[in-house]
Amino acid sequence: MIPELGHFALALALALSLAQAVFGLWGAQRAEPRLMAATAPLAIGTLIATGTAFACLMWSFAVNDTTVSAVVQNSHSAKPMLYKLTGTWGNHEGSMVLWVLILALCGGAVAGFGRKLPSTLQARVLAVLALVAVGFLAFILGTSDPFLRVWPPPMDGQGLNPILQDPGLAFHPPLLYLGYVGFSVTFAFAIAALIEGRVDAAWGRWVRPWALAAWSFLTLGIALGSWWAYYELGWGGYWFWDPVENASLLPWLAGCALLHSAIVVEKREALKTWTVFLALLAFGLSLLGTFLVRSGVLNSVHAFANDPARGVFILFLLMVYVGGGFALFAWRAAAMAPTGVFAPLSREGALVLNNLLLCSIAAVVLVGTLYPMFADLILKQKISVGPPFFNSATLPLVVPLIGAMALGPVLPWKRARLWPALQRLWWAALGALAALLLCLALEGQRIGPALGFAAAAWLILGAAADIADRIALFSRPRAALARARGLPRAAWGGAIAHAGLGVMMLGLAGMGLATDRLALLQPGQSASLAGYDYRLDNVQDVAGPNFSARRATVTVTRNGRDVVVLTPERRSFPVGRMTTTEAAIHTTWLSDLYVVLGDERDGGAVLRIHHNPLAPWIWFGAAIMALGGGISLSDRRIRVSAPAAKLARGEVTA
Amino acid sequence: MSEATAPDTPNPWRRRALLLVPLVVAGGAGLGFYAMLRGLGTGSYDPRGVPSALIGKAPPDFSLPPLEGADRPGLSAADLHGQGRPVLVNFFASWCVPCVIEHPQMMRLSRAGVPVFGVAYKDKPQDSLGFLQRHGNPYARLGVDLPGRVAIDWGLYGVPETYLIDKSGVIRWRWAGPVTEDTLTQDLEPLLRRYA
Repeated sequence: MIPELGHFALALALALSLAQAVFGLWGAQRAEPRLMAATAPLAIGTLIATGTAFACLMWSFAVNDTTVSAVVQNSHSAKPMLYKLTGTWGNHEGSMVLWVLILALCGGAVAGFGRKLPSTLQARVLAVLALVAVGFLAFILGTSDPFLRVWPPPMDGQGLNPILQDPGLAFHPPLLYLGYVGFSVTFAFAIAALIEGRVDAAWGRWVRPWALAAWSFLTLGIALGSWWAYYELGWGGYWFWDPVENASLLPWLAGCALLHSAIVVEKREALKTWTVFLALLAFGLSLLGTFLVRSGVLNSVHAFANDPARGVFILFLLMVYVGGGFALFAWRAAAMAPTGVFAPLSREGALVLNNLLLCSIAAVVLVGTLYPMFADLILKQKISVGPPFFNSATLPLVVPLIGAMALGPVLPWKRARLWPALQRLWWAALGALAALLLCLALEGQRIGPALGFAAAAWLILGAAADIADRIALFSRPRAALARARGLPRAAWGGAIAHAGLGVMMLGLAGMGLATDRLALLQPGQSASLAGYDYRLDNVQDVAGPNFSARRATVTVTRNGRDVVVLTPERRSFPVGRMTTTEAAIHTTWLSDLYVVLGDERDGGAVLRIHHNPLAPWIWFGAAIMALGGGISLSDRRIRVSAPAAKLARGEVTA
Repeated sequence: MSEATAPDTPNPWRRRALLLVPLVVAGGAGLGFYAMLRGLGTGSYDPRGVPSALIGKAPPDFSLPPLEGADRPGLSAADLHGQGRPVLVNFFASWCVPCVIEHPQMMRLSRAGVPVFGVAYKDKPQDSLGFLQRHGNPYARLGVDLPGRVAIDWGLYGVPETYLIDKSGVIRWRWAGPVTEDTLTQDLEPLLRRYA
């Protein structure tokens, strides 16, 4: 009964979305206020219907309803309740329902918060969002029905991939989808702007918070996935340039460029065509990621089980939305000319440079990801493009990007002179140079980590210099606190996000100095790495809720003093017939002590021991970046989003 | 929009052409993806296929001892040609679950008269023996590669893995993963006919 209700709710959502799309587009074209006014309630209705469908699916997982095919294939009664619930989106069908739910949430948010939008713009944005929803709802109902029944019901489910039974991964997809799908709103705004043939400061002010929100969620989602890979996969790595990881990085890069160029549209009414293009690109790359992961054209550990019929459907949707968007762009974008003129060396110029570099990085990643597939298709050659290519091809782009990141915020709009800007940053430059030399002196000829530490110092100190300069901390220190309070949150958010990347750089540079060793130890023996001694005490059998495991007890000492007892495990899950390694990690914040239990032989066990300096700062930095996005999002100017407010309050920072 | 006449506005046709670029690139990529999806259906595009450096070459030289108690001779490189017909070399292990899935297909090939040679990879002899007693022994010859040294020379990706060697002793095909019924009918049987 409940699954049928969910199925009906999905069909209802499809009908409501269809009405929303038609009313919005037709009403805005005909300037028919009643039709346009209907779009917002329809968006709320779609949200309720998809929410109901999602709740029904979750209920089926919670009670382990083995008459539902998705539950049978992905769940099991012995699974802890948390993973039964998160299992709802741990599979292809359920994750598509989550995708559509988030899309409906975005529509609901535009309907709810967008009352101050011009009514034609709001109607068109809602209509485009509804068009996207129609495509994906039809995809779900047509090719991947999550409520499909099986009869007779099997005794129990076939379990979920045990690697996926982890809190980090359980919340990775929702965050990631909030990011991907969030870009559908900027996409809808771009399409609406192209239809209306007009992009102005108010449009920029509307697009930026959405880009910012989507980007912040995507940052968190990617970081969570990377953190999960680090502690769960037991390789000690955190980023593998896997095609699926790249697929999430691409919209992140495009979104990052978008939220910066939207600032230029908002403040200076320039870069309009480019910003519209980025808005189309960010969502296009999100859809490309969806296609790559779900169609089976990729060979990746992350890919869902696939079926070419689904691939053709998603490709069709991809072509309709992205191709349609770009066709509209080619047709209409020529009408949008910039009004604001600026010198190459200015805040705008720095933002253009940021855009060029971010897009170049995106192009490198895109080519590296797609090239093996096209080489296989056209040249019939198996090529693998791995981390060496990505690392060496992105480095020359990342270095100037980071150089400009600290410089950009201290440049004034329109026209700037380099010397005063550099004067504000001299101590950041000095700090970066000191970090570079210190690392070279302590660690020898390790140019990568040395550059990383220099970049970290430059970004963190640069952000601090920017804030210090804005609140006149050194020139007029007495009123600095008051000025700090008066500083717009967007300025704080930007500085914090830039510093967050600096913190992440700190972690990346530290990981460049990571060491590891493999040791076959008998109980009682120990191995030492980076000043710590690891003693294997014993290896025992332990039983978990749905697995059995071998657990090693490893005592870590430093100069004879106990530091911590680590218990790495190797778990075997009888239902999924799989084994996973649970790395034991102890973080001192200065470094991670990371131990993995390997094979056992001749009464001893192989331990893989990693010493990862500064590793936690990678994800901590990403969290700071997302926090910066959130603070910027809470800026009064964005919340109010009234163009007049800015003029009334007299801008200081711009 | 009347402000289209900024001083440094490029030639409007160039601008139009530039604005078309994203559409053209997206369209090209779309066609490519469509070809990939078609290829997935017909088997001409397979992202999971792992190429072998040995295709078109003779197998590396090796000689493996027989499995005690299996009543089959051991396997060496010399046994792989001069059979007058293509032969299969199948790497397996008793500890490998996909090998159990694959085993009925090996039995079927063996009953059809195809010479199937086995290599027990990193497997204790008594376990291999038990595996063959439980599931049947399709192997005309059976070598034991306990240290996995020969597998390294072959570039083994994992077990199970199967190689097709033609009459002249050249490796023609490598399959990493279990030979399922589909693999058998769609890939292996046509190849066996082609090289017969």
